[in-house]
Amino acid sequence: MGKTFKTIDEAVIRFAGDSGDGMQLTGGRFTETTAIVGNDLSTLPDFPAEIRAPAGSLAGVSAFQLKFSSKDIHTPGDKPDVLVAMNPAALKVHQKDLIPGGTMIINTDAFVKKNLNFAGYESNPIEDGSLDDYFTVIPIEMNKMVKAACEGLDLNGKLVLRTKNFFALGVLFYMYDRPLDATENWLKKKFAGKDAIIEANTKAMHAGYNYADTTEIFTTRYKVEKASLPAGTYRNINGNLATSLGLLAASERSGLDIFLGSYPITPASDILHTLSTWKHFGVKTFQAEDEIAGVTSAIGAAYSGNLAVTTTSGPGIALKGEAIGLAIMTELPLVVINVQRGGPSTGLPTKTEQSDLNQALYGRNGEAPMPVIAAATPGDCFYAAYEACRVAITHMTPVMLLTDGYLANGSEPWNIPEVKELDPIEVNFADKLNADGDFLPYMRDEKTLARPWAIPGTPELEHRVGGIETAENTGHVSYDPENHHKMVTLRQEKVERVKNDLPKTEIFGENSGDLLILSWGGTYGACRSAAETLQEQGNKVSHVHIRWISPLPKDLGEILIHFKNILIPEINLGQLLRLIRSEYLVDAKGLNLVRGRPIGAATIVETVKNTLG
Amino acid sequence: MSEIKETQLTKKDFVSDQAVRWCPGCGDYAILAQAQKQMPTFGRKKEDIVFVSGIGCSSRFPYYMNTYGFHSIHGRAPALATGVKIANPDLSVWVVTGDGDGLSIGGNHFMHALRRNMDLNILMFNNRIYGLTKGQYSPTSEVGKVTKATPYGSIDIPLNPPSLALGAQATFVARTIDRWQKHLAEMMEKSYNHDGGSFVEIYQNCNIFNDGAFEEYTGSEKFDNVIDLKHGEPMLFAKDTKGIKLDGSTAMVVEMEKHSIDDILIHDETNLDLAHIIANWTSNPDLPEPIGVIYCIDKPTYNQDMVDQINFAKEKKGEGSVQDLLNAGDTWTVS
Ligand code: SF4
Repeated sequence: MGKTFKTIDEAVIRFAGDSGDGMQLTGGRFTETTAIVGNDLSTLPDFPAEIRAPAGSLAGVSAFQLKFSSKDIHTPGDKPDVLVAMNPAALKVHQKDLIPGGTMIINTDAFVKKNLNFAGYESNPIEDGSLDDYFTVIPIEMNKMVKAACEGLDLNGKLVLRTKNFFALGVLFYMYDRPLDATENWLKKKFAGKDAIIEANTKAMHAGYNYADTTEIFTTRYKVEKASLPAGTYRNINGNLATSLGLLAASERSGLDIFLGSYPITPASDILHTLSTWKHFGVKTFQAEDEIAGVTSAIGAAYSGNLAVTTTSGPGIALKGEAIGLAIMTELPLVVINVQRGGPSTGLPTKTEQSDLNQALYGRNGEAPMPVIAAATPGDCFYAAYEACRVAITHMTPVMLLTDGYLANGSEPWNIPEVKELDPIEVNFADKLNADGDFLPYMRDEKTLARPWAIPGTPELEHRVGGIETAENTGHVSYDPENHHKMVTLRQEKVERVKNDLPKTEIFGENSGDLLILSWGGTYGACRSAAETLQEQGNKVSHVHIRWISPLPKDLGEILIHFKNILIPEINLGQLLRLIRSEYLVDAKGLNLVRGRPIGAATIVETVKNTLG
Repeated sequence: MSEIKETQLTKKDFVSDQAVRWCPGCGDYAILAQAQKQMPTFGRKKEDIVFVSGIGCSSRFPYYMNTYGFHSIHGRAPALATGVKIANPDLSVWVVTGDGDGLSIGGNHFMHALRRNMDLNILMFNNRIYGLTKGQYSPTSEVGKVTKATPYGSIDIPLNPPSLALGAQATFVARTIDRWQKHLAEMMEKSYNHDGGSFVEIYQNCNIFNDGAFEEYTGSEKFDNVIDLKHGEPMLFAKDTKGIKLDGSTAMVVEMEKHSIDDILIHDETNLDLAHIIANWTSNPDLPEPIGVIYCIDKPTYNQDMVDQINFAKEKKGEGSVQDLLNAGDTWTVS
């Protein structure tokens, strides 16, 4: 109807509203539909720590950002093109992020005096013209619209008003030409038996779609074509689900049942929730009385021969430190998962950060080395979790897996792997005495230095393990100075030998150049995007991403010396930076922003350009 | 296949090759000897028995038992043992702890293992002192205890372990004494036979830092000061010359010379109210110290419930396929 379609490569949209407005759900629906349409995408949920902050307050604003594209993308985008603001507080918090000239879709019905005051507006920004110079403002009376749409339904007024997020969703579906049927089906499943709710939300969504269609406010609609991703079957996945699936795949490939000992903590709890639904896979989940019981029960289960896992976030790792040392001392396979959040102390529970690297590497008493792997993207959490299990079992050691709040809750399309094609995980329980009729629980494999895994129930291999220093081979308590030095050295060497298991480090770009962006963990996407942009602009910039931080890859030192500059972007004050500088004596520089949010690709591009002059 | 001969295990089979390193005269020796003696009588294979401990003098125990063993970290033995048991519910899992390990730093795990009715046999060696750290007062030390950390006397009020265990919903609560060898053996056996979490408090003499703490119950006057509870029997002690009568919920000692046996309280180990009353007699100068099984009931165990839940889920949903799970939900194909 007189509207033109414009094809664009990518778009960034952000839904923002009060905690009670259902913004996460709305973002989730848009994401699923966008995935089905075949775009590449990346999401950034951003919600407050309070379950229900006072309605209308700045603290209670919840947002969901999504970037989708016809190209291969790596980040949820820096600045949105479209902002949906369901109330004044949401507008206040997020308007500064919108690109100049961006579109604001605003629920004007929420812009009443009380809410405006609460958000700190002296006058109504929609009416005082303060936005018009910078943005395209589309005011919609959403409350009124959904009331009209739901007229005649057997539903009270409060519930009717709750559907306004689906109205906003309908508007966005229209703008970006997305189908409504996936959401309709989802509603039917989600609210099965509650027909009035299904109908109200469906009507609200259609009302939004039709409103956008019939009014003159939108002159242009946008088309984002399918992305040309590598062939395969895809699904949309977030990091916590991918982590859970990775563990389950490792359980299947190793033939070991999972034991998860865990204490609820944001943002890791979803792994506990998810694994708890997989009892039919033999998964044992134990919600422990505290973080320490979470890890110690897992150590007990490892001793008994399960694939033992404990999940938590930074504060939980602090509590588990002594027990992780016990797992190092007893040389038992254990996967410790830290979904990092803002710290220290309670910090920013729902925000992301990379500030637990030092804790992962050094946060225990004594010389207590353990392998540390970090996931790069939401989908990569699957492979990182799988790898963590494989190394823990093959090398008989606890392994720390670092993900973060952004990876855990963010999502992306994921090319579903074949479980049977993953690297095998071999489990060799000890089942007989040595040739000389003895059993030495600390005798080592020549290649990996792993000790045998003899589990209770195995005849003749009765033995004792513990946290006191053990004598080489026999595992008896030993206070001998020479033995202690030897064991400390052996435990370090054992971790170093994981190196032999790691693939060659991949370099994105040339093997030498003016600058190397070096990254770990969740900053992968922003660094890769930045490198792409910089390379397109003709800069001699490459990108290396490392998954294992302990031990560091064998070939890393050799790679680093071929670049004039090294830049390490991190959401901390330079934890990998200091490690790289001390390990390789190179003059690496950091880009360190600790705001509880991912570092934007644009910021990295800018920093690289400044460095190169 | 050649015939495998079932050989009867003996005490010797449970003695490990490690030299025992407790102080000479320590009450722990007697408990170790009893455990090594009792284990073969349970008819379990050595490899199916696991001893888990925390930190403290008593926690060295697993090193001396020729079974599977895990000497863990301070206070955490019940939690670690929980993982051992859930991972393999067929094992007989024993926790050896002390008053400091189990009630102070590990109080939380102690309480939760009991309330879950996790099938662990928890033996708590209570010597009312910290031995390994050389003599500070413990959470069961009496008020006024003079130690290195309390030169003016302790102002902490002691915990009563059986009361705590009952409050934590324990399904088996018993007490015994290191020097009462036969009684000790009997309590170990009852603990083993109880299907569920069992808690046995063992009064243990630390002859270095708290010698004679339980002298009243082990010396020449012991029968006057201790009552050995027997399920279904009247509560008599002092060689049946004294008995316990209940006035409302208040217990009193009566002379049997002047009373009929019909006046005497009958012990019922399944009665929780009674168990609380009995547990409260602890350290009461007007009443004998209760030992024996204070409380014992049957309740579903956490470990069995978990097995049942997993079997139920498998039956309902069928054994899962990981690949199907990966492919579940909305998917699309790129060719
Ligand atoms: S310090 Fe006390 S409890 Fe410890 S071994 Fe010596 S006597 Fe036994």
